[in-house]
Amino acid sequence: MTRRNRRAATPESSAFPTRPYDLIKEVTIAMVLVAALTAGLAALFSSPDERPVTLGSWSRTASADFTATAVSELDGTSTTAQYGPPYNHTPGAGQKIGPLGLQRLAGVRIPIDTADDFVIQPLRQAPEPPAVTDALAAWSAAPANQQQAWASAYSDALGKAPNGDPAQVAPGGYGPVPVLTSRLLQLAQSGALDGELLTEGGQFYQTDYTRPLLFLGDGTYFANLAQAQHLAGDQWGMMNETGNYPGQAWLWLYTFWYQIEPFKSSGNADALVWALMALLSVALVLVPFIPGIRSIPRWTRVHRLIWRDYYRTQQPPR
Amino acid sequence: MSSAAPAPEHGWTGWLRRRVVAALPPEKLLPDSQPAYMSSWVYLFGVATVSSLAVVLVSGGLLALKGPAWWHVSAVGKYVNSLHLWSVELFMFVLVLHLWAKFFMAAWRGRRVLTWMTGAVAFLTSIGTAFSGYLVQQNFDSQWIADQAKDGMNAVGIGAFWNVLDFGQMLTWHIVLFPAVICLLSAWHVLLVRLRGIVPPIDAPAPDTHLIPPGQEERA
Repeated sequence: MTRRNRRAATPESSAFPTRPYDLIKEVTIAMVLVAALTAGLAALFSSPDERPVTLGSWSRTASADFTATAVSELDGTSTTAQYGPPYNHTPGAGQKIGPLGLQRLAGVRIPIDTADDFVIQPLRQAPEPPAVTDALAAWSAAPANQQQAWASAYSDALGKAPNGDPAQVAPGGYGPVPVLTSRLLQLAQSGALDGELLTEGGQFYQTDYTRPLLFLGDGTYFANLAQAQHLAGDQWGMMNETGNYPGQAWLWLYTFWYQIEPFKSSGNADALVWALMALLSVALVLVPFIPGIRSIPRWTRVHRLIWRDYYRTQQPPR
Repeated sequence: MSSAAPAPEHGWTGWLRRRVVAALPPEKLLPDSQPAYMSSWVYLFGVATVSSLAVVLVSGGLLALKGPAWWHVSAVGKYVNSLHLWSVELFMFVLVLHLWAKFFMAAWRGRRVLTWMTGAVAFLTSIGTAFSGYLVQQNFDSQWIADQAKDGMNAVGIGAFWNVLDFGQMLTWHIVLFPAVICLLSAWHVLLVRLRGIVPPIDAPAPDTHLIPPGQEERA
């Protein structure tokens, strides 16, 4: 037999000498040991459970951030308002892999109108003081460019006010916006907005948190809390967890790409990293077929360590 | 006195029975011996992976009995959740070690490519399962992970259909669909291991004439 053929042929495992073995015993022992180790780790370290942020807790703790975010939902400058698919049809929005825009291709399947869904509808669902009724009527009657002008002017004024405090905003032409956002803040602080964003459309049972989570994510309060917990993207946050726990350590490679160029500064980073990881995942599944990669085990000779007992018993080739 | 009629040996059921029993006779399915070259600790990672998967499923099942909010308000629930968390950490740890070990053993040799592929897909599915678990914790961690992950999902169009901000969708995937796929893949993987046997050492000469023809297997 030639050297090539000798390498190409793998003997049947049944052809080799055997030793006694009890599969059931091995599985039973492993099961008991793993269960005991798990029970010990759980008793010793427990598990993290940082309380969730609510729109209520956000608005009570950081009312200026809440109000600024609400205004950005009205004037269409929030992250969600300019997101593009699957939430809205923002021109030019959507990441690409080279020329391939899968985000736009998937379309707008979870439509979100930030002004209407996050501000106007919740205000309409709640009891309306006369001033709010008038403000809602004024907002609805105004053309879109007027609404935009009011909200933008108020956003700029909030930015100039000390600590972004609505009470210290200079007088200006903000239309009904201050009344609307002030009322929304009241609703949020009372806890009512959390429920309203979930039950828009008249549902009673609800498990979809898309609206409140998007609204929460548009502010800076939420991101600052995550930053403090080392969960931000530039902190390898994808594989971290609140507290001192291992988190999803197996996502290290996925997270790694976000830390280096060209992904780090790319506007298409998410799509590019996804594409790369999809490619690497397919490569992992197809390792046996990839020349070079499939030969690494032979080159590295780690197998000599794994099967050292076997190789020790073999006669060296003459 | 009556006796049960013998099972029919014809038709597709009889054919299937003969094929299954021929492929996986009891001595292959539950062996009482193994090749001598298997005297290595590295083989324990495989059985440790299966064992920790069982603990993951049992602890997850216990959490499912009382619903996803239970562990936030109950000390017992918190402990069961901790069992679930640490069993997942153990599972992923030994699974990765098992995967690396099998890579360096070139364990796809000798018509074992499908064994490798089912294992690799099970590994990738496990990552998705664990990820969906983090999304349904109902705490700050899950809020933040969902907020960040939506951008990745949306960027490639997946988010339009698989919405990580939808707790209900993620919960059903986490406790039904993903575990079902993992269990099926794991069962398939283990049966393939029993069917093909454990891969012999690289370059091990055949002790006798039971060689697989070169054209029917993959080279390391």
